[in-house]
Amino acid sequence: MANTLFDKVWDSHVVRKVTDGPDVFFIDRHFIHEVTSPVAFLGLESRGNSVVYPARTFATADHNTPTINQHLPVADPLSANQLDALENNAAKHGISHWGLGDKNNGIVHVVGPENGITLPGATIVCGDSHTSTHGAFGAIAFGIGTSEVEMVLSTQCIMQPKPKKMRINVTGKLGIGVTPKDVALYIIAKQTTSGATGYFVEYAGDVFEDMSMEGRMTVCNLSIEMGARGGMIAPDTKTFEYLKGRAQTPKGADWDKAMNYWETLYTDEGAEFDAEFNYEASDIEPMITYGTNPGMGMGVTKSIPNAESLEGGVDTYRKSLGYMSFSEGDSMVGKEIDFVFLGSCTNGRIEDFRAFCSIVEGRQKADNVTAWLVPGSHKVVDQIKEEGLDTVITDAGFVLREPGCSACLAMNDDKIPSGKLSVSTSNRNFEGRQGPGSRTLLASPLVAAASAVSGVVTDPRTLLTA
Amino acid sequence: MAYDKFQVLTSSAYPLPTENVDTDQIIPARFLKATERVDFDINFFRDWRYNQDGTPKVDFPLNKEIYAGSKILVGGRNFGSGSSREHAAWSVYDFGLRCVISSAFADIFKGNCLNVGVLPVQVSPEFADTLFAAIMADPTTEIKVDLPNQTVTLLATGEFESFEINSYKKENMLNGFDDIDYLKNIENEISAFAEKRPF
Repeated sequence: MANTLFDKVWDSHVVRKVTDGPDVFFIDRHFIHEVTSPVAFLGLESRGNSVVYPARTFATADHNTPTINQHLPVADPLSANQLDALENNAAKHGISHWGLGDKNNGIVHVVGPENGITLPGATIVCGDSHTSTHGAFGAIAFGIGTSEVEMVLSTQCIMQPKPKKMRINVTGKLGIGVTPKDVALYIIAKQTTSGATGYFVEYAGDVFEDMSMEGRMTVCNLSIEMGARGGMIAPDTKTFEYLKGRAQTPKGADWDKAMNYWETLYTDEGAEFDAEFNYEASDIEPMITYGTNPGMGMGVTKSIPNAESLEGGVDTYRKSLGYMSFSEGDSMVGKEIDFVFLGSCTNGRIEDFRAFCSIVEGRQKADNVTAWLVPGSHKVVDQIKEEGLDTVITDAGFVLREPGCSACLAMNDDKIPSGKLSVSTSNRNFEGRQGPGSRTLLASPLVAAASAVSGVVTDPRTLLTA
Repeated sequence: MAYDKFQVLTSSAYPLPTENVDTDQIIPARFLKATERVDFDINFFRDWRYNQDGTPKVDFPLNKEIYAGSKILVGGRNFGSGSSREHAAWSVYDFGLRCVISSAFADIFKGNCLNVGVLPVQVSPEFADTLFAAIMADPTTEIKVDLPNQTVTLLATGEFESFEINSYKKENMLNGFDDIDYLKNIENEISAFAEKRPF
């Protein structure tokens, strides 16, 4: 029988099927962070349970951490308390913990792949909706709630109904200045913020085959922004080359054995999907969002659509534009901005910093722009320095900060002030996401860089030479 | 975290017809710093309920006295999108709500609700409109959510619709059981499975 990649991985992790209920679904790898795990440990302890497979859980501090002076004690007592709780819970239950200052520390969805914890064919969960990132390796990876974090800690399983299957094919060659982020924002704009609810997505076609692992992670990361539980891409030579030799990948004979399995992880000819969509690479421009959900995106040179031209509620649409202080028909190019944020689990990897630097090199940050450049991990910082990008950044008037989730969700001090407009490479433009009253335009690192040096929303193609 | 049993609930309802309400609105990230599950009602819809100076926004439905004490919220399409934070479901529960009705839910929020004892009831867009209209016409109008029979009824007119829930989750809600109770009971089966995993 012809199976999809998703079926192959899902079905091999079902411990049992509950009649007219969910599957008992086995979890190979579990990431935890300081925000969504403390209550799970409390629940575990109040029931008198223990962590059944501590070696399958990995803790890293990221959501709440400062991005300057990480060597100093964390000033906010509530944040410090959560970071302590993570460290103590990990120590008590024998779980690996990469706290603040650890050389392996960084955003959970950056450090997992970097350290070879993320593997093809694995099931991976975390109390964070962007866990879908790990699907770039052909894993089934998705976000869970805190009750489920407790389930994984105490049983290594969750109870999960099997999602429906969707395939999204993007074919052709991407134009100059068009990045994986733009591909994702384009797909989400087509699907809307809820179009893939109930589905797990496989991305296929030469656009994804040609994409780097970093780019694939960006695309899979954003799957949740169209409502999909996750997204995945079949592993290939690029995947295996990325993984080989990483700290925690299988070695020697174990690697060969793993490879034998991984090479079976693709969708068979003739396998069926519940929904399928085809898009052309040549239709995709550098993208930008103009509203308060990631589905409200368009080519950067376009104008904000009229409410009547769209599906969905006119009132909700106008409320959204009202929050942004934008009007139907507005052009985005040329709008004056206040902030630029480069970073997050979406765009905080080395390739994103290379892209940003390709534009700011030899230029200067605009005076009206405050820029926060936040690498996804210490390993990304090291790579930035090794490639001399830190000098490019400094020469252009920018400052490189320390790793963490930062202004993506503004749990730490990196908050965009009320009313200010930010071009952000992160994943959500919800009301107040980057700080109460903040206004977010989601875009690629290239659009962020072009806007950072111009002071206004800018099409990066006007600054790139072919 | 075992919770109260859910059988039949009859209550007035808060109307919130805005679509795509995301979990950052239900509870903003800056209020996720607790290490215990207490008092999440305080910051439920914080930035929609309060001005930046802390004064209540009087027009927001959750602040209107006429709806106070309702145990049901009727929300717009795609309710609960975005972040996986279970704090959103906790804040719904802590605010005193036991049921959210919408024409569509985001997956993770829906699952989180079921895990904390809040019943997500998905109805047709037309029936959602009927409920919104009835609440607008009479803020005290009562809605009956009958889990054993899987029906939701507008009591004033008798209009009703059936809703879906799988029988496993239904039993859990009716009895106040949760998934950990189930999983711990099949521990041996899980450990036998774990031993066969290649990595």
